Amino acid sequence: MSFVDQLFSNVWIVLLLKVVLVMGFFLVAPLGVGYAEHKILAHMQHRLGPMEAGRFHGWAQLIADGVKFIQKEDVIPRAADRWVFSLAPAVVLVPTILVIVVIPFGPDIWALNLDVGIFFVMAISAVSVIGVLMAGWASANKFSLIGAVRAAAQLIAYELPLILAAVSVAMIAGTLSLVGIVEAQRDYWFVLVQLPGLLIFVVASLAELVRTPFDMPIADSEIVFGAYTEYTGIKFAFFLLSEYGGIVVLSAIASVLYLGGYLAPPGLDFIPGPLWMAAKIGALSFVIIWLRATYPRLREDQLQRFSWIGLIPLALVNILVTAVVVVVV
Amino acid sequence: MTLQEWFFTALALVGTVGALRLVTSKNVVHAALYLVVTLASVGAVYLLMAAEFVAWVQVLIYVGAIVVLLLFGLMLTRAPIGREALDNQQRGFAAIVGLAVLAGLAILVWDTFRDAEIVLGTSTTAEVGESLFRTYILPFEVVSFLLLAALIGAIVLARREEG
Repeated sequence: MSFVDQLFSNVWIVLLLKVVLVMGFFLVAPLGVGYAEHKILAHMQHRLGPMEAGRFHGWAQLIADGVKFIQKEDVIPRAADRWVFSLAPAVVLVPTILVIVVIPFGPDIWALNLDVGIFFVMAISAVSVIGVLMAGWASANKFSLIGAVRAAAQLIAYELPLILAAVSVAMIAGTLSLVGIVEAQRDYWFVLVQLPGLLIFVVASLAELVRTPFDMPIADSEIVFGAYTEYTGIKFAFFLLSEYGGIVVLSAIASVLYLGGYLAPPGLDFIPGPLWMAAKIGALSFVIIWLRATYPRLREDQLQRFSWIGLIPLALVNILVTAVVVVVV
Repeated sequence: MTLQEWFFTALALVGTVGALRLVTSKNVVHAALYLVVTLASVGAVYLLMAAEFVAWVQVLIYVGAIVVLLLFGLMLTRAPIGREALDNQQRGFAAIVGLAVLAGLAILVWDTFRDAEIVLGTSTTAEVGESLFRTYILPFEVVSFLLLAALIGAIVLARREEG
């Protein structure tokens, strides 16, 4: 047995390596998406965006932002509930990191291939709502509380279509494992038979991420910054990081469910799978950023109605049709 | 003790402390957050017993849905979520009821599983689905029907006050 084999047969070393890789991905990919958002939004609005930091087109802007956030004073309001206030950013951030653990970048490139795969993703991401409610309540600020209640109402409403859309995919693939779902798309990508599902999933993801046009909970013209109003410095950076991390994670899950994950389009097999996965995450992230530059904000009642009367019945019909087709074919 | 037993002891301690703080806390929101700790530790115990699917159901339903609805309800209504301390005069009575239930359950579990050797086998989601929709299809449907009835009942009750 060579030294390398011996090294990789040790459970703890492999575990450590996986943790380092997942954390590395978590720290790098959101920075890329954040920088892309600065630049893409700027160009869509006919301006340049960051140009100074790091000389070349301001590529180091977000690193500079990070350094700035660390240096800032960490203010906790006097009336705030100190413990809950300080724990909230972590409760929002940790689920995002945990979801990365199950994202496959190749048939053998994943940190964990859980049997419950997509179910784990949905269960874990539901936890971050508690963090938002904690942040809004503990801030002892009426804008924060209003923002938190709006955020919770929105996340409850849009979690259902997200899960129901994923159910249809799981029925076609016959498995919940993310690697299994990708492998089931060897013949054709599920977007071909599940286009409504993909649209429901992306719209519900936007709402889960609280991004325009679903940014009522942090509507800056009326409630300052919602649940995050009182946060400063590194804790505020945590919330920003979990938003960009969330874009990466939900784009990755949408790629796995509908766009064939790490599989190459026909005839392009010479480009390795992880690059295809990265390209698909990038493309979906671009669409999410693009939508922010395009649509105005929905009002709270429109937003609720859109989910309960529009997306949820549509997702249920989608499940019904899919079930019939799966049984008959 | 095996590694598993060490983990179980730690989780049981966390869950018990969470449950105690849940009932002794004088702030409703804190109590709801301690409920998260308790429910999550139960989920972790399921994981420890290799019941992966049940564990994540616990997280999705109890932590992700029920506690969120609880907190949401507290914050949306006129519930006392400020700094005022809540308390009532029935702690002695509550303690007696709580201890009685604990004793009853402990005796029941001890009596039933005293000599039973629990074999831990990993169960896949496919197996859970098979047994649910083949062997236990009737109970499953009965429970679904019950939940539907509860749902409709809740809507009827909420509507009556309105009109």
